[in-house]
Amino acid sequence: MPSGLFLDAEPWVDWSWVSTHIPTILGYLGQHVEFTVISLAGGIIISLPLGVAAYRRPGLRLPLLGAFGTFYTIPSLAFFALMIPYTGISDLTALIPLTLYNVLILLRNVIVGLDEVPADVLDAADGMGYRPFARLLRIELPLAMPAMLAGLRVATVSTIGIITIAAVIALGGLGELIYEGFIESFRTPLVVGMVLCVALALVADVVLAGVKRLAVPWSRSG
Amino acid sequence: MDFLHGVWLWFADGSHWQGSDGIPTRLGEHVHLSFEAVLIGAVIALPIGVTLGHYGRFGNLAISVSNVGRAIPSYGLLVIAFTLLGFGDGPIVLALTALAIPPMVTNSYVALSEVDPDIKEAARGMGYRELAQLLRIELPLAVPLIMAGLRTSAIQVVATATVAALVAGGGLGRYIVDGFAQFDYTKLFAGALLVAALALATEVLLSGLQRVLVPRGIRLLTATASRRATAFKTA
Repeated sequence: MPSGLFLDAEPWVDWSWVSTHIPTILGYLGQHVEFTVISLAGGIIISLPLGVAAYRRPGLRLPLLGAFGTFYTIPSLAFFALMIPYTGISDLTALIPLTLYNVLILLRNVIVGLDEVPADVLDAADGMGYRPFARLLRIELPLAMPAMLAGLRVATVSTIGIITIAAVIALGGLGELIYEGFIESFRTPLVVGMVLCVALALVADVVLAGVKRLAVPWSRSG
Repeated sequence: MDFLHGVWLWFADGSHWQGSDGIPTRLGEHVHLSFEAVLIGAVIALPIGVTLGHYGRFGNLAISVSNVGRAIPSYGLLVIAFTLLGFGDGPIVLALTALAIPPMVTNSYVALSEVDPDIKEAARGMGYRELAQLLRIELPLAVPLIMAGLRTSAIQVVATATVAALVAGGGLGRYIVDGFAQFDYTKLFAGALLVAALALATEVLLSGLQRVLVPRGIRLLTATASRRATAFKTA
């Protein structure tokens, strides 16, 4: 055994290392945030129209959820590896799989959210003379917001964790610190990477909870 | 096309099907590590989730704990287990077990706590004792969601076991990690295909098992159950 739990005196955090590596740490953190934001934005752009289409035409649900469910089941390290021959060691190698994972979570919640809009509300909107597109934009999508935002929270926290694995094949992000801690048997970067990752997930979750409160003040739960 | 042809030749090469780095050995290691972790995880998680759900207590605590657990990167957990306990399957199984527990606790908790109170009352009225009621009424009704939790856990464990190759573990992830280190993209790609196939096979197998285990009368309810199930990707 190279190291025991209580036997060695190596501190978990060497603050002098942290203070001299702040630019590196911030670089990885920035990259992590960038991957998260881009893959979520991509997920929203793809899942919103697909979700509306599947809501309107239930026949599309099984094929769409089946296809993205299959992508979702593929382990991230394998998915990144499958991209490498085509996209090399680039941001796209991480971004394409992450975006496809997010599409499944968001798509499911768009459909659930739209399904849960009460029929009475739709009748009332029709009675008020809303055309289908206006009804979708101004009645159905706003009422589906709580479910969609719940999906966004799940997708965000999940993505922040998965990105760490991209570092196994040198794609960047906070996982690089975890990798460094492993390769050099040095605990400080490992701990810094883990703590920042968990903190980022918690901050993102709180921010999105706040967004939900502002965007859909009528929804009380969660 | 040339690249994919190379991958095809890699699979066709008999030497990749034998020995300690052969596909059957690596597949066996992967399945073995994953199976142990899910089994140990289930033995720990299911009694906790079922008990909490049956009594309807501490549910928020259980769910909060597993929600926080979700934010911890699985990759970091593996490296920490390795840092503390060193090389070997033990630390890897330990980390994988820790990942397997939360989905099974939350799903079995939700499954038991959502059994219709009218049904429980009817069971009591028919003279069921508490244990009989739990085993013969509540558990069968909870099977769809419990199985959904088991499936989520198993898929995530299989996925994370791939990353375990980095911390000197066996399994199919070896081809990806070694292929990457040796710039052998054929090996990397072939390994990734094997891992993807194993994950998809696990999903199909457990869906089939779920179908067999769910009593016929309850099958009608499973459509809504799968919607309430908490799936969460960690790796």
